[in-house]
Amino acid sequence: MNEPLVVLDGVQKNFGDFVAVKRADLTIGTGEFIAIMGPSGCGKTTTLRMLAGLEAPSAGDIRIGGKRMNDVPPHQRDTPMVWQSLALFPFLNVRENVEFGLKMRGVNANERRRRALEWIERLEIGEFAERNIETLSGGQKQRVALARSLVTEPQLLLLDEPLSALDAHLVIRMQGVLTRLQRELGITFVYVTHSHSEAFAMADRVVIMSQGEIAQIGNPREIYRAPANRFVAEFVGRNNILTGTIESSDTNQVTINSALGHFSAPTEDIHQKPGRSASIVIAADMVRITREATTAENTVVATLISEEFVGSIVTLFLEAADGTEFKVQLQERALTDLDIHAGGQFHLSWATTDAHLLPENS
Amino acid sequence: MRTGDWALRGYVLFVFVFVFSPVVMSMIFSFNSDRFPTIPLGEFTTHWYETIFADEDFWKAAQNSLIVSICASLIATFLGFCTAYSDYRYTFRGQGAYLGIILLPPTIPLIIMALAMLAWFSKVGISGQVYSIIFAHTVLTAPFAMAIIRLRLNQMDESLEAAAWNLGASEWRAMREVILPFCLPAIVSSLFLTAAVSFDEFTMAWFVSGLNKTLPVHVLEIVQGTIDPQVNAIGTLVFLVSMTLVIIAQLAIFFRLNRSAK
Repeated sequence: MNEPLVVLDGVQKNFGDFVAVKRADLTIGTGEFIAIMGPSGCGKTTTLRMLAGLEAPSAGDIRIGGKRMNDVPPHQRDTPMVWQSLALFPFLNVRENVEFGLKMRGVNANERRRRALEWIERLEIGEFAERNIETLSGGQKQRVALARSLVTEPQLLLLDEPLSALDAHLVIRMQGVLTRLQRELGITFVYVTHSHSEAFAMADRVVIMSQGEIAQIGNPREIYRAPANRFVAEFVGRNNILTGTIESSDTNQVTINSALGHFSAPTEDIHQKPGRSASIVIAADMVRITREATTAENTVVATLISEEFVGSIVTLFLEAADGTEFKVQLQERALTDLDIHAGGQFHLSWATTDAHLLPENS
Repeated sequence: MRTGDWALRGYVLFVFVFVFSPVVMSMIFSFNSDRFPTIPLGEFTTHWYETIFADEDFWKAAQNSLIVSICASLIATFLGFCTAYSDYRYTFRGQGAYLGIILLPPTIPLIIMALAMLAWFSKVGISGQVYSIIFAHTVLTAPFAMAIIRLRLNQMDESLEAAAWNLGASEWRAMREVILPFCLPAIVSSLFLTAAVSFDEFTMAWFVSGLNKTLPVHVLEIVQGTIDPQVNAIGTLVFLVSMTLVIIAQLAIFFRLNRSAK
């Protein structure tokens, strides 16, 4: 990893008695695309606002480019932000909006105009340069907001749920625009979102926050395949979680005993104490579903409750004998020889190597 | 339903006729050659206008009215903007009381306000001057200014000001580059509306003006002594000026605010 551009060192933010961000440690490298994700009220936006200087940390340090930024007012930082509401200036036209940051830096009118138009062209909104903001569509406004933030060529761009107001098909397009820009410019993006698909599709690393605390930091694959705790496993969705007590463990495998039987998961920790409560996570797309019993290592019998289609991906919701809910994800074409109907009994199975033991104290 | 609709329209029409017919009468009689307002009308004349335009007192009063309404509207709009912005930007203990006190003056009967002003101005020795009327009218109109500007600020995207800071504007710069331009329609509207209220206002002006009459006070003095169609002419002019100001204010609010609202 490159030398860190942004360092959060034990950063805390209190609003009265409410702790919005709790002792957060995070290091962001130059040119990284970081997504901060979590449910509303988890502290992700507060973290972003602290980076922009709109909130001052109650404790800890924020360093950007090696400089302590805690008390630097927002206008003396170079941390432009793309706002959830876009916050375009309604009394200025597209070009004037884009010029704003340059104007504040005292760039002369001709130079300002030239650089603004360059960015307007780059974001493919050239024909709207002299238009009023109100006459633009959501996607066009989005591009204006991006151009306005990038025109000063910052090292760090903050994005606060910028795509949340767009239609689904535009979201995909703008994701493409964002990732391409980020690669080309090589600048650091810190992207706050509550959307899994946005975070996982674009980010190099994802920071999951819950109730003001960082629950996990990792690349999308790590977060998805190896959640650090129950919160992450549930938040990421489409995970099956089985809880039981540890029965035995050897050098590479741990077995738990739950109401539904014995299940195993790989482990690197050879000191798993038998008798301790533990949970195993199996991603929904790792579960095989069959009508007949199999001889696989881990099996459960469950009753089909409902199904959900998203494109060619089907998610089946099943219930085991003790009421545990199971989710199974598979391709639509795999359904044909399965004869699914609500109330039908199925055998679920998965390989031990596809299971993941949640770390202790989670 | 249908009958109800028509009844409502008829009622509204009736109210307008009731309110405006004295004004219209006054306008008609201002061009009537007869000394007494009677029907049938006499001949058409501009005599009364010629009379008032030749009258030094009228010009003095008109000048006072103009100075007072311009100064009062500028000060009231400035104060109104400051209070509206402080209410918008900050959250503080006693904010409700703060707003309540600011909005209080229009709820006090004019005559009581006027008396209180006179008593207090005399006590501190600033009564009977043109600036006494400016003070009084500022107190009266600042709440309107604040209400109009506050309405506009409430339409503003909360992130707009922070976005300006974020792009490198200091707080003063953001005020100049973002808050003021955003509020401009409301500020213009407030200037015209407060000027109109001040231009029209009689009670307070009469109490605190001493020898420095404004137009409405001048009219009263004529009416008290004699029956003189000059008052119709002055009344018509005052009405036209005030209505023009109010209409400009309304246009500024509705036309420009709607255009830039989301």
